[in-house]
Amino acid sequence: MIRLEFVYVLAGLFFSAIAVLEWLDRNNTQRFRKALFWGIYGVTFLFGAVLPSFVTGCLVIAMVLVTGWKDLKRSNVGSVNEQQRRSSAQRLGNRLFVPALLIPLVTFAGTLTLDRIKSHGVALVAHKDVTLVSLGLSVIVALAAALYLLRQRPVDSLHEGRRLMTAVGTVAVLPQLLAALGALFAAAGVGGVVAGIVNHVIPVNMTFGVVAAYAIGMALFTIIMGNAFAAFPVMTAGIGLPLLVHLHGGNPAIVGAIGMLSGYCGTLMTPMAANFNIVPAALLELPDRNGVIKAQIPTGIVLLVVNIFLMYLLAFRF
Amino acid sequence: MLTLIGVLIVVIGFALRVNPLLVVTVAGVATGVAGGLDPVSIVSEFGRAFTENRYMGLVWLTLPVIGLLERGGLKERAQQLISRVRGATTGRVLLLYLALRQLTASIGLTSLGGQAQMVRPLIAPMAEAAAEARYGELPEATRHLIDAHAAGVDNIGVFFGEDIFLAMGSVLLIKGFLEQNGISLQPLAIAVWAIPTALAVFVIHAIRLMLLDRRLKKQLSGERS
Repeated sequence: MIRLEFVYVLAGLFFSAIAVLEWLDRNNTQRFRKALFWGIYGVTFLFGAVLPSFVTGCLVIAMVLVTGWKDLKRSNVGSVNEQQRRSSAQRLGNRLFVPALLIPLVTFAGTLTLDRIKSHGVALVAHKDVTLVSLGLSVIVALAAALYLLRQRPVDSLHEGRRLMTAVGTVAVLPQLLAALGALFAAAGVGGVVAGIVNHVIPVNMTFGVVAAYAIGMALFTIIMGNAFAAFPVMTAGIGLPLLVHLHGGNPAIVGAIGMLSGYCGTLMTPMAANFNIVPAALLELPDRNGVIKAQIPTGIVLLVVNIFLMYLLAFRF
Repeated sequence: MLTLIGVLIVVIGFALRVNPLLVVTVAGVATGVAGGLDPVSIVSEFGRAFTENRYMGLVWLTLPVIGLLERGGLKERAQQLISRVRGATTGRVLLLYLALRQLTASIGLTSLGGQAQMVRPLIAPMAEAAAEARYGELPEATRHLIDAHAAGVDNIGVFFGEDIFLAMGSVLLIKGFLEQNGISLQPLAIAVWAIPTALAVFVIHAIRLMLLDRRLKKQLSGERS
């Protein structure tokens, strides 16, 4: 049986390799701090399942402190020049796309099959883990194909991996930290406070007003929490069910579906949804950390207005 | 109200562009203290949630492959291909990707895409190349604008496609929540109501991508002459 933990160990080994490469590079500034950062991140992946939460928590806080007030500087990792890349592209042609497309295709094929292969009644991969295990597997397959196609050594792939990883930088761990912040928000009862404020300002008897308050509330709450899934139970228990469904007789399926999608409008507009908005900006090496959000905001706002009208027109008719 | 201090710290810290990792950690600690948690549980909560969400870090496993292919000229090849397609514009390339991403996500194939796997190595270079083929070398700011839109299209496509698929987390969350409150519904009954919004966002974003094309034309053909 292939466990998800194997994929985490693989990622832990990759981050540890980054730490070693950062440390070995003598021209690197802050090489000791960078090695410590990626080393700790690697440890949380390698031993996350066995370390007590308190120990991991201490490691995470130490890792954050290593980055300091102004964040670590970007490492300068050399690669081949544009001339060489062009001639390589000319020589290899469309075969270059094969390993790139193997990642989504093998992930997809694995998702369909791996949890159905059974021996002695136990699935090869547990159903809940199948997507992530397939992703891990697809990376191994694609890496082998890329190494073969390009006639490179495995260590070259680590070098190129480091080039991209340090271009992303310490923001790479931000999504997980924000998830931790979300958990602390939940533990401290932030949700109830926000729902209370929204409840306080809505005109209870005006159907359109309640619809607007629910949809905007979903978007605002998602902007704060960075996650529509966290906003949905709070806002729906506070406004959606008691006011829209029970008081005004709205269709719960429509209220729920469009309510959730109103939350997604918020996701488009918030740096708190770091894995969707901040990480791509880093990955594309945009100078403005909020560049992706700025490209999405007009669509998010217009769609939120459309959602309010859709819910108002559909939920009380079907 | 004091429990909202974490939100305030995040807003101010992000606005002042302090190291985001530090901002989020301080906000978490402050929220925990304001909510009456003891220091050991605050640190433990950090560790527990960080470990539980390790799946978010698995996307980085693709970087060695993508980096290797970039070294082999993947971006350049994607650009060569697009520059040969007559009639290709930045907006049209992105619109085609939006349609594909939304359609595949709506039948559950959310893994056929992604920022590291598709946008950085293929979609962003293609969107850039389409503009380059028309207007020549692009200014840095324009390149960044096009890249930001490429990332946006991937997000919008997957967000507003996946909710039409029955077995998706969001549909199951809505179903589960309503069930707890005494309303029993089939996933299909919920998922169909994601379709109007999915169509609306496609129209809205298609218009915005057309406007992006016009903006590029205005900016870049002016500079050339």
